Formats: sequence, structure tokens, C-alpha cells
Amino acid sequence: MLIDLVILFALTLSSLWTVMTRSLLRSAIGLALTSALLTILMFRLNSTLAAVFELSVCAGLISVLFVSTISLTHPLTREEIIKHMRERRARFWALPFIIIIAGIVLSLLHIKPQLLLPSPEMEKDVRNVMWNLRDIDLLGQIIILLTGAFGVLILFKERIKK
Amino acid sequence: MNPANMQLLWVFGMFVVVLSVIGIYCVLVTYNLIRALIGLEIIIKAVTLMIVVAGHITGHEALAQSLVITLIVIEAVMITVGVGIVVGITRHTGSLDLRKISNLKG
Repeated sequence: MLIDLVILFALTLSSLWTVMTRSLLRSAIGLALTSALLTILMFRLNSTLAAVFELSVCAGLISVLFVSTISLTHPLTREEIIKHMRERRARFWALPFIIIIAGIVLSLLHIKPQLLLPSPEMEKDVRNVMWNLRDIDLLGQIIILLTGAFGVLILFKERIKK
Repeated sequence: MNPANMQLLWVFGMFVVVLSVIGIYCVLVTYNLIRALIGLEIIIKAVTLMIVVAGHITGHEALAQSLVITLIVIEAVMITVGVGIVVGITRHTGSLDLRKISNLKG
């Protein structure tokens, strides 16, 4: 539990750094670090296959996508950076207060979660669940992947020159 | 539910709430398109963590993993299309600033 707590604190700090840092590139790296820490937590909670997906897709592919997008956009000028820094400080001062208020409100709600589902013995093998019990999800995944592929094709298509 | 699992749920639940608040706040206050996507990513990370913890506590780890894998696929596609839109907008307006997008034509 102590190791989990340390990783959870590191996860929160890295996500805060991701949000607060000025540089977009550092932000993308912070997101990859957050994904990597989440992967460790998933391994510790016995979700190994999902952890592998998280590490390869979220910490790898999505970070590469963000870095590529940042490289395609032009950097800010010095004057813009100074102006931007002042604005950012003013925008984020309320964040710690909102976190504290959210914590107090949730603690006052006295939520009692009912997470029990029937027959966990049927769902021991993730392959069985994915292919037999949740096969409609796979269909959804294929449709979403195709939507993404076609969406990107349409977005990146070059304008025809007359 | 036994007390150890209850404690695990509350500890992870608190951090999930903090992560969600950080992500939502980032999406709300930023004017940068890429940073808005990053905020969205952090919210999805919080949801992923909550699903994994719920699966671990209830013993439905395989079911939770299949849901998380579906979520990761959706997340990857969403971000891919999102960054494509960001690149398109940047080519049109020359900036990543949301305030400069005032034209719905085209």
C-alpha cells in the first residue's frame, strides 16, 4: 500500500506538472510520464494486459502524436511568452482551492459504493471476456478505428490547386 | 466488501478525484488547443485508474481490462483526430489560441 501511495503522489505531481508547465513539449513529456506511472499502478493491480496497452499506446503513440503536432506549429515570440506567463499565473491560482473544496464536498456526501457484480469466476481470463462476453466492444473498436483513420485522411488531405 | 478493499477504494478514489479536477480545470482555463487535449487525456487517465481499481476490488479484473482496452483504443483515435483538427486550425489561423477561432466557414 505504501508503494501504491508513493506512485499515486508521483502520478498527481506529474499530472500537475503537465498542466502547469509553460512549454508544450514538456507538457507532452509529462503526459507520457503520467501514463508510465499509471502503467505501474495497473501492473500492481493485476491488470497486466491493459497495462501493456497503456504503456505502448498512451505513453508511446499518443506522446509521439503530441510531439509531432507541436513540431508542426510555430513557437511563440519572446513578447508573447512573457504575456502568456502572466496570464497563466492568473489562471491557475484557484486550482488548489477547487481541489480542496471538491474533497470536502465529496467527503460530506458519504458515498457508499455498490460495486458487486455476479459470478466473477466466469471472467477470469481476459481473452475469454474480450472475445466471448464483450465481443460487441470489439466491433465498436473496429468502427472507431476506421472512423479515426478516415477522419485523419480527410483532415490531412491537401487542397487541390487549380 | 472487506475493510482492506474499502480502504483501497477510498485511497485510489481520492486520487482519481484529484486527477479529474486537474484535468477538468486544465480544459476549462486553457486557451491553447493542444493543452485542452492534454487536459482531456488526464481526465481519461483518472477514469482508466478508477475502472482498474473497481475491477481489482470486485474480482472482475478481466472485465475491467477489456473495458480499459476499449477505452484506450477510443482515446487514441480521439487524440489522433483531435491533433488533426488542431493542425488544420493552425494552418488556417496561424495560431493555437482558441480565442482566434471565430470563423465557422469552411
